[in-house]
Amino acid sequence: MLTKRVIPCMDVTNGRVVKGINFVDLRDAGDPVELAKVYDREGADEVIFLDITATSDDRATTIDLASRAAAELRIPYTVGGGFRDIAGARTMIASGADKISMCSAALRDPELITLASRAFGSQAVIVAIDAKRVGDGDKWEAYVAGGRIPTGVDAIAWAEEAARRGAGEILLTSMDRDGTQDGFDIPLTRTVARAVPIPVIASGGVGKLEHFAEGIIDGEADAVLAASVFHFGTFSIRQVKEYMAREGIPVRLDF
Amino acid sequence: MAPRIVIIDYHKGNLLSVARSLSDVGAEVEITDDPGKIAAAEALVLPGVGSFEDAMGFLGESGEGAALVDALTRKVPFLGICLGEHLIMEGGDEAGSGWCEGLGVVEGTVRRLDDSTLKVPHVGWDQLELTDVGRSCPLFAGVADGAHVYFTHSYALSDDVDPGVVAARTDYTRAFPSAIWDGGTLFAVQFHPEKSSTVGLRILENFVRLVQGGGA
Repeated sequence: MLTKRVIPCMDVTNGRVVKGINFVDLRDAGDPVELAKVYDREGADEVIFLDITATSDDRATTIDLASRAAAELRIPYTVGGGFRDIAGARTMIASGADKISMCSAALRDPELITLASRAFGSQAVIVAIDAKRVGDGDKWEAYVAGGRIPTGVDAIAWAEEAARRGAGEILLTSMDRDGTQDGFDIPLTRTVARAVPIPVIASGGVGKLEHFAEGIIDGEADAVLAASVFHFGTFSIRQVKEYMAREGIPVRLDF
Repeated sequence: MAPRIVIIDYHKGNLLSVARSLSDVGAEVEITDDPGKIAAAEALVLPGVGSFEDAMGFLGESGEGAALVDALTRKVPFLGICLGEHLIMEGGDEAGSGWCEGLGVVEGTVRRLDDSTLKVPHVGWDQLELTDVGRSCPLFAGVADGAHVYFTHSYALSDDVDPGVVAARTDYTRAFPSAIWDGGTLFAVQFHPEKSSTVGLRILENFVRLVQGGGA
């Protein structure tokens, strides 16, 4: 059976992992590829590198990261952040990235999703949506620029459009929950999962083991993403997957 | 001496992870688009993702396809991966343009997965159900029935493939053949061993050992 995935995410700036790392056995704890290799060994199903500054100087570093990851990792990986055009995405795919993830660029120019899915196939195109709740109802707004700028675009409608244009997956981050360790925004995750015919990766808010299972069972997500709880060593990936398996979720444990 | 494995490059993608995985398990690897080197190879790997028709076009014009078919006739050990598995078949569906001829080394065709019940492309970690052929196949020595490997594809081998060469099936929309073995030195898989962590490395290591030792 096709398994549900556990995905550690690394925020990268100038080639270095931004959030604190608590791995003592790493030669270079700030090196995203070294960290990703640990997650590969621990049973991560894939990893995501997000270039969170993505200045033009930074791009060469990110391309270098993508080629080193191709040489070092034995699981699929995604590079996201900072794409301005299809050529930038093509360079990343040619460097070995299995998928690219677009957020601000896709909202600015939705045609990029169409072009990317035609050029690389839908399976290689993730659209990342940073969503923040509006008012008291089940309504969310999409933000850009790392969650700093509101766009006025309804997050659910945007997810639907991204899927129609050929996105292969939605990486859905709740800005209300990100960093809180209170768990995923379940209504948001479930609403998007039911609205689109493509896999949804739940992101933002994991603090407890239960949260991972909730994202899949209650949020109806296909994959769960976390950063700090893995970087700080709060949970190992195996621990998370064993917990999910006990909750009846199909996961890959033969690694 | 390390066995030398030639990876056939038809200019459709990054071959670094395939190359590195093979060298991790003891092979000396050369990536080439030169039909002469393909003809002289001790063992061949045909990787790939993308369009069947584009790949056939390139293999035809470059002369790589003819060199590969000739090598397979001489029983040079071979591993096809994903699109590389599809290309050795008689032919397949292709979006937009209908039927496309393959290299025709193995009987059977490639068909699109039906997206009426499940999401297509089939992407992620799914299981290998080893057949009787698979349980005696040296490529899967030490690999458990039900092992998880990484898939990313919209097309798969069809039911017209001889069950006598089907080493594993995977059930997604249909129980498609996810690995084939001709009983000799020809192997082809739908999944990506180079992206399948320890299980994938085990499979590649089995292939390298087989090239080295002439058997399992």
